[in-house]
Formats: sequence, structure tokens, C-alpha cells
Amino acid sequence: MGKPETLVEKIWKQHVVHHEPEKPDLMYIDLHLVHEVTSPQAFEGLRLNNRKVRRPDLTFATMDHNVPTKNRDVIQDQISKKQMDALRKNCKDFGVTLADMYHPDQGIVHVIGPQLGLTQPGKTIVCGDSHTSTHGAFGALAFGIGTSEVEHVLATQTLWQKPPKTLNVHVEGDLGTGVTAKDLILAIISKFGVRFGTGYVMEYTGEAIRNLSMEGRMTVCNMSIEAGARAGLISPDETTVEFLRGKPNVPQGEAFDEKAREWLALATDEGAEYDETVMIKAEEIEPQVSWGTNPGMCVPVSGSTPDVHESDDVARALEYMGLDENQPIQSINIDHVFIGSCTNSRITDLRKAAKIVEGHQVSDHVRAIVVPGSFGTKEQAEKEGLDAIFKSAGFEWREAGCSMCLAMNDDVVPPGGRCASTSNRNFEGRQGNGARTHLVSPEMAAAAAIEGHFVDVRQFAANVYS
Amino acid sequence: MEAIREHQGVAVPLDRTNVDTDQIIPKQFLKRIERTGFGQFLFYHWRFDDDGNKREDFILNQPAYEEGSVLLAGENFGCGSSREHAPWSLLDYGFRVIIAPSFADIFYNNALKNGIIPVQMDEEQVHQWMKQAENEELVLTVDLENQIVCDDNQDVHFDIPAYHRENLLNGLDDIGLTLQHEDKITAFEHAVRA
Ligand code: SF4
Repeated sequence: MGKPETLVEKIWKQHVVHHEPEKPDLMYIDLHLVHEVTSPQAFEGLRLNNRKVRRPDLTFATMDHNVPTKNRDVIQDQISKKQMDALRKNCKDFGVTLADMYHPDQGIVHVIGPQLGLTQPGKTIVCGDSHTSTHGAFGALAFGIGTSEVEHVLATQTLWQKPPKTLNVHVEGDLGTGVTAKDLILAIISKFGVRFGTGYVMEYTGEAIRNLSMEGRMTVCNMSIEAGARAGLISPDETTVEFLRGKPNVPQGEAFDEKAREWLALATDEGAEYDETVMIKAEEIEPQVSWGTNPGMCVPVSGSTPDVHESDDVARALEYMGLDENQPIQSINIDHVFIGSCTNSRITDLRKAAKIVEGHQVSDHVRAIVVPGSFGTKEQAEKEGLDAIFKSAGFEWREAGCSMCLAMNDDVVPPGGRCASTSNRNFEGRQGNGARTHLVSPEMAAAAAIEGHFVDVRQFAANVYS
Repeated sequence: MEAIREHQGVAVPLDRTNVDTDQIIPKQFLKRIERTGFGQFLFYHWRFDDDGNKREDFILNQPAYEEGSVLLAGENFGCGSSREHAPWSLLDYGFRVIIAPSFADIFYNNALKNGIIPVQMDEEQVHQWMKQAENEELVLTVDLENQIVCDDNQDVHFDIPAYHRENLLNGLDDIGLTLQHEDKITAFEHAVRA
């Protein structure tokens, strides 16, 4: 046996195409996901230089950021339409598979990759999108890139990368009842800050992580970038294997079992060393609510906003958010609820939110929408009757897309509006100019929709958790 | 990409930390399919009010900084979304250098790909320059070859990975460089598929 290695080291070794001392390595990319917003200039660059897409078979495109979620045929904004038309044309010209707005595989790029089995352990995966870290949940090395790098990968199927430093985020113990993966990652970011992962690839370890479903793991890895880390991953285990079994793009039958053995062997070895380790105790984590303008500005639902004198950043954030200092979180009234985004729009998210909603009515001053992460998720939810639960409670039930996570389409929170959102960014203006975002889990968002303000979902839905 | 060796310009102090790319260029301006013309949207909601009028108190709107081309900012500049529209808008507006105590990883790369020099400098020095630039015109010269930033009194060293420095100095086309290794890429593909 050689020296014990981390998952990242193992994946790295398998993908180096060219190595020179003092230089980044040339890395092979196994899967390149493409969406309409960060790709047009990259395809244009190829055209200008007479270049082709090297591996259309390893490239997969969808439309998610701009697509209308109400009526697919009504695109209010002509520039949005132009961007989607450009992707259609680019995919056609360069031979890239596209799941467009009407395609059954369509959805948020980070939701469909895993659903289609394109995302697999040990792969290197990139996309012109910072939440590509999501795919790390499968033990893939997945990270976001800019448009120039998108062009580079299209043309060469490689990227120049320095071997990353590794950071072990160790979660001790298990999460309490009613405390979710979203609460865990928000608590991690608020404890260690929005920059602690910068320059690192994070690996999440520990009992609480092992006990998460794949959907929960995706929620955690998704927000690695909010801690500054381009990639966050989790060693593959039986949960990973079972999720992928039978998915469209994985081997089937015996070949699958053989592949699964390869995947499991990628897990970080006992005794492997990380460059850094941080620890957090799962038992101490409560449901979280963000109060400020970055994802680190979060407190437990039993808490309050901070003291205005804490720092200039705090003062600025409180002002933008229209909140008082030391204001109890549960006294904050909301007028919008968004259940969706690549963080929390998968079938288990919708099931859990529906459980909370069932038998209740959305508060009359709240507008609440559910946007499934993909066409497939929507179909599955409808099969299970989740849409009926949401609709009869007063939620709008939409088509798949990014929607109100970044409000590039018509799903916008108005200026001064306050939204309980299951997405990942509470930056100024993210959900609309002047909009105020509070990041929460789907369960917490559902409970807030009904009460019209934040509540501790563990008390609100005590019957569900008993 | 245009080569850049040295740049001299007026410093603009943006005394904020965690400036995210949603602030640098809000999403409603990401719909264009060109690389150019993004400067007018830079820091849009900080520069303009809801009616599109200039906010006089925002630093970029003050006449003294009109010609500014060196941006001084707080920690974790460029965090959030991977949108390369952020460096495109900074560049198009006229910034060639950004000096900050730290940068978000994706932004750092995106800046380099567009010929913007991201200068990582200790916090104290950045703050000293910010204070100075708030009170009087501060002209900074960035000498990439020698990895120094000079004001009237001192030369301050900064680190930048050698590989990135070379590419900036020579304005190299990354893809062209990589394709020099095409045989290796092909060999890798054959080995994996075998
Ligand atoms: S859902 Fe939001 S964060 Fe996720 S890819 Fe879409 S816009 Fe980005």
C-alpha cells in the first residue's frame, strides 16, 4: 500500500495530461456543462478562430437562467430570447446536445447533471457557473469557471490548474430532528466566514455528512462557493452508488457493479492528510435564517440580528435589509417565499416542504412560489400529488428553471420586498433591485409562508417531526 | 488578450469588503451575447438610483476619480457568481489594475484572462493607500515585470504566480498554447478509452 491519499489527490492523479515543474498542470475535463448566460461569448471565440468543440460528446447544454417559468411561450424580454436563440444555434452548429426549454431533460444545470447520471464519482466536471461545486456531492471534482475558460474547455477539453490545497470540514455527531443540510451549510459558513475556503477544495466528512441523502449532500456542496471554495466534495459511499443505480448515463447491470467498486475505491483513505481541518458539532446546529447581505450573515432561528456597532459591514447590511439591530428573527415579516434553485429544488426538498404545508394556507400577505429544479422533478412531484398540496395551500406551481434565485426572468422580488428563499445568495439586489433575501431551508420557507414571518419549523410542525 | 507590462493611473478607493460580482455587474445586464459594452453597467445600482440618476456620493461618480484606472478594494473582491462579465465591465470602464488584500478564486482567474492585473497586497498597505486616495490624488504605478507597485515614496512588492505573470506580459492566447500539447491530449484520450 502506498501513502494514504485524499479523494482529491486520487482524482487529480487520474487527470493530469501534462505536468511541468513550477507550472499548473494541464487537466483533462470529463464533463462540461453549458448554459445560455456564460457561453455565447465562448462559442463566438471559437468561431472567430475557426475552432471546433473538441468533444461534443462530453459537453451537455441546457437553458435554465433565463427561461420563463409561467408560460414557456411568453418571453417578455427580447434580449433573453436572443440569448436562448444563440445557445440553440451554437449547439446546432457545434454538435452539442441541448436540453432546451421544451425538452424533458431540461432543468437547472446542477439538478439535471446528477439526475441524468452524467455526474459521477471521480469525474472532473466544469461549468461556467460557480455552483458547479454541487456535483462534488458525488465525489467528483467539480468547479465553476469563467467564459474564457469555457472557451478553453470547448476547444481543448482541458484546463490549466494548480493542484489545490485541501480543507477537511469535519462535522461531528448528527443533526437534530428538523435540522437540515441547508442549516448545516449555513451554520458552517456563518461560523467560519465567507472566505475561509478561498484557495482550497473542501471535503466534507463526519457522521452527519454520511447520514445525509444525496440531495442533502448536494445542498451542502452547492454552497461551498459561498465559503470561497471553488469545489467541495464528499467521498463516495453506498448512498452515492444507490442514487446512481439505474440512471440513464451510467453503466447498467454487472457493468454498474464493477463501476461502483471503482467509485468506492476513490474515497479518501484512512490516515490521509489534508492541508487544513476545521470542525463543527452537528448537535449544536439549529435551523438557520440569514439576516444580512452575504451567506455568512446567518443566525439560528431563535436568535436576533447583531448589534449595529459590530462593524461597518453589519451596519450597511442591516440598513439594506431594513432591519433593526438586535431584532428577533421570528419578528421579521416576509411577503415572498421562493422554494427552488440549485440548492433546494430537488424531489426530497419538495416532499419535505409539502409535508409542512399540507393542511395549511399561505398567509394572505405572502406570495409564494415553488419552482422545481427540473422538468423531471416536476413530473415526479406531480405524480406524487405534491403540486396539489402546494396549490391548494396557495402556492404557485411553476415550470423548471433558476427563476427567482437570480431573477433574470420575470420572477422578481420588487424593491423593498422581503423573501424567504431556499436559494444560496442573499447579495444586494440578487432577487431584484432593492429586494431583501433571507436564506433558509425548504421546511423553514414553507413554515414562514404560512405564518407570514419566520418561525422555528420544529415547533410549527411538531406533529411532522414526532 | 492585450499584453500588459506596466500601468500607471489614478487610484480609486472602494472601501468595501466582499464586493460580489452581482454588485460589479447586476444580472439584468448579463443577457448580451457580446464581450464588449459592459462598462456602462459597472456597479450599476451603486452608481445609479432607481430612476437612473447618478448617486453623487458613490466614489466612481466623484469628478476627482473620473480618470481612475487602479481600483483599491477590501478583502474577498469578486466573490460570488463566476460571471466573466465582471472583469469585462471593469475593463471596459477603464480599470486595468485591482489592488485588494484578497480575491475570490474564480474572479482572480477571470481577471487574468482579460489582461487585468489583480494585485494582492497586505491589508494595511491597501488601507493606507485608500486613506491617501480619499484625501488627495494618488497615482500608482504597477510594474508587472518587477512585481512592484510604486507611489511617490516607495516601491511595494507583490506576489503573482509566475505562470500568470508570463501570460499577462506576453498577452498570450491560452488556447493556442494548450494546443501545442494536443498530441498529449489525444494520447490521454486513447489511454482512458483503452
Ligand atoms: S439556481 Fe441560482 S445559483 Fe443555481 S445555477 Fe441557477 S441562478 Fe445559479
